[in-house]
Amino acid sequence: MTRPRVAFFSFGSCEGCQLQVLSVEDVLPDLLAAVEIVNFREAVDDRRDDYDIAFVEGSLVKPEDVAELQKIRAHAQILVAIGACACLGGVNAMRNRRPVTDLARDVYEGRQDGVFAALPEASPLSSVVQVNYEIRGCPIDRFEFLEAVRSLLAGTVPYTPPYAVCVECTLRGTPCLLERGVPCLGSVARAGCNAPCPAYGAPCEACRGCHDVPNFEALGEAFFRHGLTRTQAGEKLQLFNNYREVRDAWEKAVPSSSAT
Amino acid sequence: MGEGRAVVVRHVTRIEGHGNIVVDLEGTEIKRCDLEIVESPRFFEVLLKDRPYDEAPRISCRICGICSVGHATASVAAVEAALGIVPGPKLRRLRRLNMAGEWLQSHILHVCFLVAPDAFGAASIVPLVGSHPDVVKRALRLKRLANDICCTVSGRHVMPISYHAGWMGHWPGPAELRALEEQLVAAEEDLDALVGLFAGFTWPAVERRTELLAALEEGGAYPMMGGALHSSLGGVTAPESYRDVLHEYLVGHSASKHVRGTEGTVRVGALARYALAHERLHPRAKEAAARLKLRPDSANPFDYVAAQLVESVQAHQEALDQVAALLSDPAPEEPVRPARTHGGRGVGMVEVPRGTLVHDYVIGGDGRITSANCIIPTSQNLASIEGDMRAFLPSLVSKPSADIAHALEMLVRAYDPCVSCSVH
Repeated sequence: MTRPRVAFFSFGSCEGCQLQVLSVEDVLPDLLAAVEIVNFREAVDDRRDDYDIAFVEGSLVKPEDVAELQKIRAHAQILVAIGACACLGGVNAMRNRRPVTDLARDVYEGRQDGVFAALPEASPLSSVVQVNYEIRGCPIDRFEFLEAVRSLLAGTVPYTPPYAVCVECTLRGTPCLLERGVPCLGSVARAGCNAPCPAYGAPCEACRGCHDVPNFEALGEAFFRHGLTRTQAGEKLQLFNNYREVRDAWEKAVPSSSAT
Repeated sequence: MGEGRAVVVRHVTRIEGHGNIVVDLEGTEIKRCDLEIVESPRFFEVLLKDRPYDEAPRISCRICGICSVGHATASVAAVEAALGIVPGPKLRRLRRLNMAGEWLQSHILHVCFLVAPDAFGAASIVPLVGSHPDVVKRALRLKRLANDICCTVSGRHVMPISYHAGWMGHWPGPAELRALEEQLVAAEEDLDALVGLFAGFTWPAVERRTELLAALEEGGAYPMMGGALHSSLGGVTAPESYRDVLHEYLVGHSASKHVRGTEGTVRVGALARYALAHERLHPRAKEAAARLKLRPDSANPFDYVAAQLVESVQAHQEALDQVAALLSDPAPEEPVRPARTHGGRGVGMVEVPRGTLVHDYVIGGDGRITSANCIIPTSQNLASIEGDMRAFLPSLVSKPSADIAHALEMLVRAYDPCVSCSVH
């Protein structure tokens, strides 16, 4: 079997997902033997465009990002979005609540030219090109990445659980944070991470997006029942899910006019 | 007047983030010498606005995957300063242990994965898996150890989970700590071998003196968890007055701000810390410095690599010390509650792998952040990198453009710039 040629690219991001790829220390030599890396700026000098699989991290945030991503799409047979920024817009999309002129004023003395230019909103890769697979999370789970690579090498579809993070908290025996009044999104968040955040003392903030059937109305009710407000649930969703679909679905289920 | 030529490297490889080297020469005259920072602005200072303070460490650690523990540490320090929370001694130990893990992770990644290929004439670590398997295995074991330290303390290394003002969401138990101790003891040999390997490498000689800055801790520990900002020019500045020394300004070719120090360019990070605090190193780290022939008065930026190795030994020792201390008294510390509920301003200034990191927040009476400012080590180094490129160029101008490009890439890489961080 010829080794698939693999490339890594990043748009607006922290490159932490690429770092997660390098964090599979025990099997990294095997991984490097199974694929041929032809483009991975963060770690290697080669930059070829004859790749089969492109792993792409980050959101589209700069005007030139759109054409750059379209070029990658044209070269790649399989395009895999890795991480919350690429799959959902992630933390980048938090800024979509404000006009770019405000951001430029606060950070760049109002400049929006050249290197300071930014798109009106930060968006996930799927807003511009077809994405074949998504590996979710902020950051991606390194072992889930390995599983996805195994699936791709075997010609099968990488698996993402369709159920809620609450399931994984229950399985690992983590006491419910929401019941203690901590604003946790586990009930609407997509699982697959093995719920590390509640186990380490932080609420789930749905960095993997929502599962297939999120009930936002019930989420708002649950927040309210545990001494929080519906508005807090909507605010929490802004952290990683502020790009249109989820934001709009939330607004529809729990209109801000009725939220308290 | 000589012929004009341009040396351009689009997207320097083996660094974090996107930067271009752009040099215009006319004969031997340097017309332009820029490190363009073309990374995407993500506006984190604006993202933090209006958010509840408990989210600050988790939002701001997303500035950077490599430096996420450092950002969480600076962020939680800023929140604690704003709320009048003084963390207890064991909490400080636990956070110091995590920071030591991040230093080790970051330095080993840079030295072994990004820089070592230059020393072996390779384009990446990939060919070294076959040609120098022992080096790669040692590097991977150390990186794994560093990862495991951070996973133990904060759930994961990239985007640590457990940071809260006044407490940590997870307190590692004796079994977890003993497992780390075992790995730490076994890793000593790997570090020792890497120091020996790098002692045999030679790097270009580029000499340029500039102001050095590091936040030195009270009590004489090697600078890591923050304190007053010390300058090689003699100044000592309290964290909350950082603006007296660190002056941010915009340049047209960089999405990262540049920073001017007391009188001009500054260097921060391993080389600056070593110069200002080498006497505070553990004897093991001092011995590594001697083997690497690292001089405290070095003005050569290529010595960042040796200084990072020295600090890797230091971080390893710090981790051993903190684990031993936590094991001797493993009971969790009680959370510290805010002394002020009306909010206020707080500055967190800590030493992350690449230098002095500042998070400066104002928190309102409703517990929400009203304004935030972050100053990143790489931003502070950018003007120095360009100054060093200019200092390096005269010895390169007679060479073919490809060689000039390669040499300048190595120089930029020596600083271990974190470009995503710098733009944030």
